[in-house]
Amino acid sequence: MTTMLLHRVGVWRAFGPAALALLTGLLLLSAFLTLAGYDTMTALAALWDGAAGSRYAIFSATLVRAIPLLLLGLAFAVGARAGGFNIGMEGQFAAGAIAATWSGLLVGDLPPPVAVTVVLLSGGLAGAAWMLVPVAMRLRFGVTEVITTLLLNFVAEATVSWMVAGPLQEASGGYPQSDPVAVAARLPRLLPDARLHAGLLLALLLAALLWVAFRRTGWGFRLRAVGAGPTAASTVGGIAPLRVLAGALILSGALAGLGGAVEVSGVSFALYQQLSPGYGFTAIAVALLGRLHPGGIVLAALFFGGLEAGAGAMQRDAGVPAVAVQVVQAVVLLTLVILARRTR
Amino acid sequence: MIDLELAVAFGAATVRVATPLAFAALGETLVQRSGIINLGIEGAMLAGALGAAVGAMIGGPLAGVMVASLVGVVVATVFAAVVVSARADQIITGTAVTLGSIGLTGVVARQYFGSGGAGLDLPTLAPMAIPGLAKLPLVGPVFFVQSPITYLVYCLIPILAWLLFGTRFGLQLRATGESAPSARAMGVRTARVQWIAILLGGLLAGLAGATLVLAQVGTFTEKMTAGRGFIAIAIVVLGRWQPWGVASAALLFGGATALQYLFQASDSRIPYQFFLALPYLLALAALALAYGRARSPAGLGKVE
Repeated sequence: MTTMLLHRVGVWRAFGPAALALLTGLLLLSAFLTLAGYDTMTALAALWDGAAGSRYAIFSATLVRAIPLLLLGLAFAVGARAGGFNIGMEGQFAAGAIAATWSGLLVGDLPPPVAVTVVLLSGGLAGAAWMLVPVAMRLRFGVTEVITTLLLNFVAEATVSWMVAGPLQEASGGYPQSDPVAVAARLPRLLPDARLHAGLLLALLLAALLWVAFRRTGWGFRLRAVGAGPTAASTVGGIAPLRVLAGALILSGALAGLGGAVEVSGVSFALYQQLSPGYGFTAIAVALLGRLHPGGIVLAALFFGGLEAGAGAMQRDAGVPAVAVQVVQAVVLLTLVILARRTR
Repeated sequence: MIDLELAVAFGAATVRVATPLAFAALGETLVQRSGIINLGIEGAMLAGALGAAVGAMIGGPLAGVMVASLVGVVVATVFAAVVVSARADQIITGTAVTLGSIGLTGVVARQYFGSGGAGLDLPTLAPMAIPGLAKLPLVGPVFFVQSPITYLVYCLIPILAWLLFGTRFGLQLRATGESAPSARAMGVRTARVQWIAILLGGLLAGLAGATLVLAQVGTFTEKMTAGRGFIAIAIVVLGRWQPWGVASAALLFGGATALQYLFQASDSRIPYQFFLALPYLLALAALALAYGRARSPAGLGKVE
């Protein structure tokens, strides 16, 4: 009896807050759409159809959008576990996309596995490099990474805008976009008739690796120790908190940059402005909804991937602007952050 | 004397661009002095911008300003309720408030203005020369031929300085920001103080949005604040949490943004995107220089 009760409490602690947050989010979205004078049922039906209503919705929309969300969600979790907030994933994503496009245009003569590896590595490196300034400013001047990473998002946006109109603009010079990357640089598709690509396997592999690393390695323990209390970690554990935080943030940047590279190599095949519809911010909700746990983040990424996919359908079929789903993200975040306070 | 004309135009543009930044940053100064960092001012500013556009369409520019301040306060209420009353994490809450504002304003704007967006025929706050002062050489046309809302900022700076450093409430506010537990032990009702600071900050962020719509752009577009709220946070640090310092820092950022007009006028070969990025790069440089030298409120960002 007692064990059963305990078990129930455990289930609530694991899934309760997330379920409550999602429910609140969807309810408030419905209420808001009704208030704003939209046909709420049509909108929600379109949302569902676009997310899970067909084979196309699942394999060409939802899962495809879940991939960057998973990678960026993991990126946020790595930083947050060490007590660092990487609010600049949008910028690192863009940096990764730029580097991936650049290398993707050059590697056409390499065998495909090598070419793809080069492209993805360059994206990860660019994301890590984009994080160097915030990390240096944190170490040298004590400036919080929250603001520096956030500001760099806008620098990245301007850089992409310059790239696609300048150095990386398509040869014909017609539109502000790059030429398509070499075929060898593209991630293979997993199904013959859907857009789902091998980036999903890579993202799941990384989630599994981090799952083990968080739990079973000294590094994972140090992250948690520094995140829980830097002073205690250094006094009792002999851990250098700033060094651990710096490493975590750079890895976070690398994962976000990889997200950008995977998007170029698996979906867009080219660089253009607004490549990310705000994945860098949605992924914060993904990571928190997944409670910074890789397994939870996989589930949360699927959910938010569906929401992103459904948002497009909602705009097409019900005339509700796709940004409306950001209301759900906001409510989910607010609910979780309040619940986290209550259960601590 | 083409150079003098250019200098005056640049100076006037600097002040015009600096005005919304100054509103938002002065508001955030109050908030941070109470120990809270509010990333949601970006959202409050955006919501204020939409409020200004809607209000101005219905009842003219003045109504726009009123609606914008009200909307700013409403957005700040959400932030204050979660952060002060529910004691949740400030960074995540601020991010969520901004995300939510982007979503809400997008939906409301679409519903209100249609998919084409707001027209360019909003009634705006036209520049108004102040008799006498406007005749001063150089300073006159730069500072005193501005939109009336800019003059509001001029008045706001000394008022805030007095509020912070000359009143009992200011003392309580600063004490709360340095150490909320100590302030409480001295009998300060810290939660109330922080609520007031956040709501005032929201009001000023709303005014910042109103300035953007009614005195600069003349219309509302989705995500039009484009990170100005975040720049305002860097301005607060650069201005060392002092109203006059913050206003001067806002002017510096106004200048950095206005540079692009200057360079567009000359035919330079620097890509214009560099000027788009310049304010943000400047903000980073400012943070590196200012942090450490000026002491931030000791309790800033702490959740009790």
